[in-house]
Amino acid sequence: MIARLDRTFAALKRKGEQALITYVMAGDPSLQVTEELVVELERAGADIIELGVPFSDPIADGPVIQQAAERALRSKTSLRTILPMVKRLRARTQIPLVLMVYYNSIHAFGPERFCHEAAQAGVDGLIVPDMPPDEAGPLKGPVAAAGLQLIFLLAPTSTADRRAFVSRQSQGFIYYVSLTGITGAKLLDVTDVRKNVEQIRKVTKVPVAVGFGVATPEDAANISAIADGVIVGSAIVKKMAAYQQKPEMVKQVAEFVRSLKAAMKTAPLHSR
Amino acid sequence: MVSVPDKYGRFGEYGGRYVPETLMPALLELEQEYARVKKDRRFQSELAYYLKHYVGRPTALYFAERLTRRLGGAKIYLKREDLCHTGAHKINNAIGQGLLAKRMKKPRIIAETGAGQHGVATATVAAMFGLECEIYMGTEDMERQALNVFRMRLLGSTVTRVDSGSRTLKDAISEAMRDWTTNVRTTHYILGSVLGAHPYPMMIRDFQAIIGRETRRQILAAEGKLPDCLIACVGGGSNAMGLFYAFIKDKKVKMIGVEAGGLGAASGKHAARFEGGKPGILQGTMTYLLQDDDGQINLTHSVSAGLDYAAVGPEHSYLRDQGRTSYTSVTDDEAMAAFDLLAREEGIMAALESAHAIAYTIKLAPTMKKSQILVVNLSGRGDKDVQQVVKIRGITL
Repeated sequence: MIARLDRTFAALKRKGEQALITYVMAGDPSLQVTEELVVELERAGADIIELGVPFSDPIADGPVIQQAAERALRSKTSLRTILPMVKRLRARTQIPLVLMVYYNSIHAFGPERFCHEAAQAGVDGLIVPDMPPDEAGPLKGPVAAAGLQLIFLLAPTSTADRRAFVSRQSQGFIYYVSLTGITGAKLLDVTDVRKNVEQIRKVTKVPVAVGFGVATPEDAANISAIADGVIVGSAIVKKMAAYQQKPEMVKQVAEFVRSLKAAMKTAPLHSR
Repeated sequence: MVSVPDKYGRFGEYGGRYVPETLMPALLELEQEYARVKKDRRFQSELAYYLKHYVGRPTALYFAERLTRRLGGAKIYLKREDLCHTGAHKINNAIGQGLLAKRMKKPRIIAETGAGQHGVATATVAAMFGLECEIYMGTEDMERQALNVFRMRLLGSTVTRVDSGSRTLKDAISEAMRDWTTNVRTTHYILGSVLGAHPYPMMIRDFQAIIGRETRRQILAAEGKLPDCLIACVGGGSNAMGLFYAFIKDKKVKMIGVEAGGLGAASGKHAARFEGGKPGILQGTMTYLLQDDDGQINLTHSVSAGLDYAAVGPEHSYLRDQGRTSYTSVTDDEAMAAFDLLAREEGIMAALESAHAIAYTIKLAPTMKKSQILVVNLSGRGDKDVQQVVKIRGITL
């Protein structure tokens, strides 16, 4: 069986489109809202959904996602409640779902049990921001046994050696971090991103998606011209925070995602 | 016992390098550079020069005669790290890493601080080497250690408030890691304890190991034999690793780390990782952590900001599993009583961190024979804590 992530990238490629990958923090402000949001984001044009798993000490995240994690923890969200939500979602949508989860949450759950239950629920892939492939040994077996995909990150600081090493191991796609920094920082240099994406393409055929700092439809268009996927996180979470507790929140966020996808479709293709 | 860490930075199952990819190249570079300077005579002699003429090493190993008589058991020696320039052992590591930053041509350094001692040591080194310096500190600790905040600013450093999470050391480390992730090309992160990703726990242990090397020489000169037991407080555990390391192969020397028992184990308000914790991954390393069933990190409590942290250095976890070291805890009240006793019996005001080591000494020494020897690491001086003591006792000056 071809993995959902691979199928999505292949289908988009046939259409000449790039994947819009949208991040939401699971349980911010509640899992009921997250469930609705995922369905609406797919309708609005999202191709892949990244679900953040809240952690008390998220070292790779800026203030916007830190605060979202605090809200999610206040609503008692954990892997134990997120996986059943994923299962409910699977009755409504086949969109690829990727968990962005710090390693201690997996470690506490037990890597084998976690991978098994995540795959059973309908999770497709894992991004573990504080686990470079160098430390992934103990997770690889359970991931493979469960049929999940393990997505690794590359950064502007990555050397040629690391690009080759990480690319070899990343499944589904490679998450290229557009800037030297944490989530929600400001995207500065599209030219630099292009150069790096080109370097990565030289060593792998795995799709490359770019995230960190992609905040506006214009950013999304610029990045979709040079990569296979565009990841938008903090900008969406910020919108959610601004409309927190208001009934129009889901609609407003969906509207924003629609504008991102529309901008991506009109972007010229430079470098492929 | 095999030499640790291995080339992956592992102390048995503990340690490692759990960081975002952005930092991996910097950690690999740091590891290589550190391996070079470890063998480089010029670097080592420069380090020795500053430790002697700037820090004031070797520090004394002082026979606490009145305290010994009062407790009526083992002979108690105090390793006087409180006499180091800036008032604590933290400067041993800050000087080493400052020299390393200069060598790697990083014009900017950052650090986290809990009690403020590592922040002051780093700010001091930054001033002396002419480096730009920013220190991250939790707002709760800034309040507890207002004097140290002012000292760092006097030394020309920027002190940045960290208002997330528990607003203590743990959150300051996360914020420093985020800064490092953002500015890694120009910045070296001087981590203050035997924590974080490889090579930090190893490198910081090595920079602090001078404490134990001196102690070994000094006690042999004074007593003609090795001590029966070493005692040190353990937050991250750098002063303890520093004292213990030179004695690891001396199987007859017992080594005891003292954690912060806070308001007592039953209260849940403490930082006794080995009593209430289990292995997990936090801030770059796998080690014992205070965490809940979902792996969320628990809030900790201690009267001493320097011990108020949810994780312990990975080498301590390893040594404990090997049965080479053991750990215990004392409460806030016991540490405060020890602070008083040492001031009155010996005329030494200990840092509240170090007062935890003294508090356990008060329990242990009377159970030992008069012919036995106990060495306690007096890791820092208590001047910084006087305001805090005043506040706790509800005194108006």
